[in-house]
Amino acid sequence: MALEQIAGKTANEIDERFGSANFVKRSARKVFPDHWSFLLGEIALYSFIVLLLTGVFLTLWFKPSHMEVIYDGAYVPLRGVPMSEAYASTLQISFDVRGGLIIRQIHHWAALIFVAAMIVHMCRVFFTGAFRKPRETNWLIGVILIMLSFIEGLAGYSLPDDLLSGTGLRITEGVLLSLPVVGTYLTFFLFGGEFPGEEIIPRLYIAHVLLIPGIFLALITVHVMLVWYQKHTQYPLPGRTEKNAVGYPFFPVYTAKAGGFFFITFGVTTLLSAFASINPVWLFGPYTPGEISAGSQPDWYMGFLEGSLRLFPNWETTLLGFTIPWNVLGPALIIPGLLFTPMILYPFIERWVTGDNAEHHVLDRPRNVPTRTGLGVMALITWLILLAAGANDLIAVAFNMSINSITWGFRVLIFVVPPLAYVVTKRICLGLQRRDRDLVLHGRETGRIVRLPNGEMIEVHEPISDARKWELTQHRVPQPAEIGPLTDANGVPRRRILAAKVRATVSRFYFEDRVEPPTPAEVHELESSGHH
Amino acid sequence: MSDQRIHEGDTSGSKDVQASGTSHDALVGDEGTGAPGAGAESGHLVERPGQDGELTRTWGNPGLPSHVYRRSDVDPKAAQRREREVATFFGVSTLGTLLFIVAYFAIKPDGEDLLEEVSLSTKLLGLGLGLALFCIGAGAIHWAKTLMPDDEIVQDRKPMRSSDEDRAAAVEAMKEGAAGAGLGRRKLIRNSLLGAMAPLGLLAIIPLRDLGPLPGASLTGTWWRPGSRVVTDPTGRPIKAADIPIGTVIHVQPEGIEKASHPLNEKAKATTLVIRLEPDEIQDQKQRDWSVDGIVAYSKVCTHVGCPVGLYEQQTHHLLCPCHQSTFDVTRDCAVIFGPAARPLPQLPLDVDEEGYLVARDDYQEPVGPSFWERG
Repeated sequence: MALEQIAGKTANEIDERFGSANFVKRSARKVFPDHWSFLLGEIALYSFIVLLLTGVFLTLWFKPSHMEVIYDGAYVPLRGVPMSEAYASTLQISFDVRGGLIIRQIHHWAALIFVAAMIVHMCRVFFTGAFRKPRETNWLIGVILIMLSFIEGLAGYSLPDDLLSGTGLRITEGVLLSLPVVGTYLTFFLFGGEFPGEEIIPRLYIAHVLLIPGIFLALITVHVMLVWYQKHTQYPLPGRTEKNAVGYPFFPVYTAKAGGFFFITFGVTTLLSAFASINPVWLFGPYTPGEISAGSQPDWYMGFLEGSLRLFPNWETTLLGFTIPWNVLGPALIIPGLLFTPMILYPFIERWVTGDNAEHHVLDRPRNVPTRTGLGVMALITWLILLAAGANDLIAVAFNMSINSITWGFRVLIFVVPPLAYVVTKRICLGLQRRDRDLVLHGRETGRIVRLPNGEMIEVHEPISDARKWELTQHRVPQPAEIGPLTDANGVPRRRILAAKVRATVSRFYFEDRVEPPTPAEVHELESSGHH
Repeated sequence: MSDQRIHEGDTSGSKDVQASGTSHDALVGDEGTGAPGAGAESGHLVERPGQDGELTRTWGNPGLPSHVYRRSDVDPKAAQRREREVATFFGVSTLGTLLFIVAYFAIKPDGEDLLEEVSLSTKLLGLGLGLALFCIGAGAIHWAKTLMPDDEIVQDRKPMRSSDEDRAAAVEAMKEGAAGAGLGRRKLIRNSLLGAMAPLGLLAIIPLRDLGPLPGASLTGTWWRPGSRVVTDPTGRPIKAADIPIGTVIHVQPEGIEKASHPLNEKAKATTLVIRLEPDEIQDQKQRDWSVDGIVAYSKVCTHVGCPVGLYEQQTHHLLCPCHQSTFDVTRDCAVIFGPAARPLPQLPLDVDEEGYLVARDDYQEPVGPSFWERG
């Protein structure tokens, strides 16, 4: 067959230069485990590619410049209005370039989806324990990617220089100014002097289109290569072990599925952009420092910072002639720090607590790790409350409530709900584990009531399959770590007692409440005693 | 992998578990420790060490479930149907591309109804492009799921850790290299190299110095001067004090601010609100001293993070920042009554000139806008 001949010839030429046959031999049939939740990271990856493609298109017309021009483009309401070249060229892309608006909207939608997909992907990785050894590096890369994406997004939506984006920059300036000692200097270096200046848009532009995407590209490459090299994790299903990978081959199944999923992601983002308008900058008008519109909102991923800025009490201290604006430092620096630092450290904290040095390729069911799941839900809820608080004005309008009471409500919720969420989640997990235990020990309730000859009514339980029994009992339940004797055999006090005590306390916090999965012996015992 | 392992309705669960076990060794591993000797045969009761060192008995991994064939695997007609479905997806994709091309050339928004034309163009282009892309994806995935083999394949997973021999060889190689460089012996080279490398970072930071001027005192003063006429923003009309009705709020700038070397920077600091109250509504002595017939002027830049305080409630005399909802009471010298702002809005002292126009008596007496370290 001609096609086969051409393919063979090409393969030969390539192999004689790069020795590629060895790689293809090992990789073409490489197995990838399959699960819908593994698609979340793919959505993020594909959105990033969509961002690169549409971004290049936009750069062909966008002018990152503060130079003042008088608008004379197609959009009549703004004709004759002085504005920056950045804003004028954004209008040009929207109205004078055919297809410009759809590409701009795809770019914006893809950015929102990119960050959302990364965050949901991170939740999947967290709750299933996929971050455990040997994948801690990929967890760190992931956290860096998410934090970078906030900066990349902020830089991006600041570029059009419309009223909304200018307001976002003004807030950025206010936050930078609040930094002790270096705040004013950093602000003047970033903006090239006072706000708004004539430098910020070209500087954000080069960061947005080259510097940060370059870092993204490098980190994403490493991230994906590590997934390839370390092999994907898999769910604890029959046949899956720590020593195998079960799934479909890269070629042809995953080539088709993953390649196809790229087109699906791109296609859905495009359809969304065709019918759901986003960031109609022509309605906001050009940025002037004295103006603002009510209901100003950043893109959703900055919402948690907006919310924390809105909630924080108005504290400010003046000490020895210097001002420390806690009302800005707290919400913009300390609260994000409290959210992100534990996120960065989590894999290492958990390893320290469990003392578990083994490789893990089989994922946890979230219920089987109640404390981790509880902590994760607690962090997630905290973040969601901040996000919701960022929309307190919209909530006030929508529900016709006082904005003051909504703000106070959120101030209370942020302290009350997260610990409650932790406790409730942990209890739910333990409850689900007990239900699993019951299923293994007593089988499934059939709803069939049978009357015995002696008149007793019982419900018939049906044993579950062995495969299912294994699924529900394959996990290990660690015991809290013991401190052990404080002195050695000769009565000499042990070293580093404090560290051991701390670890024992944290370990108790993690593993004190636990449900042991039943053993076959327990089932057997139950059966021989005649119970069901 | 046998079906008969699954005995629905069999009551003797544990016996069943012991009796079965047909999957081969590749599927069986230890249950998560990597510890030697914990391996198990599938379906059998196995023992594994618990944390306390005692052995606990558990179920073995039952192995992969048996393969379930799809319609398209066993029925050639069904397979042909799937093939046609996949081809249909790809066909619709081509139609989407055509739609995009036609829409691109057919609609050139430039007319009277620009927004409607742009909206139509955007919808058709998006629909065309969206279909072209989506249907390629849908076709490819449908193809993979229905026609490509769906047997699950098992591959071995080696531990990431290298073998002991490899590790020893690696250490040896590094030691050999280090010995060749003499890093341990030639301390002078090592230390001077460190001394040369360590300060290199400075060379990446120092040239950034010219990114901007130093702040100096530029954050403390604005374009307002003693006698600056108060003019409306953006129309630039001077304001006669007598012409302002009670309850009005006017956005103002100092006259001539367009002539500043950086007008936007100056406007960002000098932007001001003029509000007329009933004179007896003013509760603060300084505020009254700096007012003219109940007319007061306050900085429009929020003391929180610098948004323009753009909302005025005429009935309550409250100024509200739309960004983070800091609320200021104009009758009490713009004291903060709600929200994250820590300081009142600075007041601009007002006066009237001989023609009756509103002027500034002086610049703001404190820095306007958000707090910063050197503000004091």
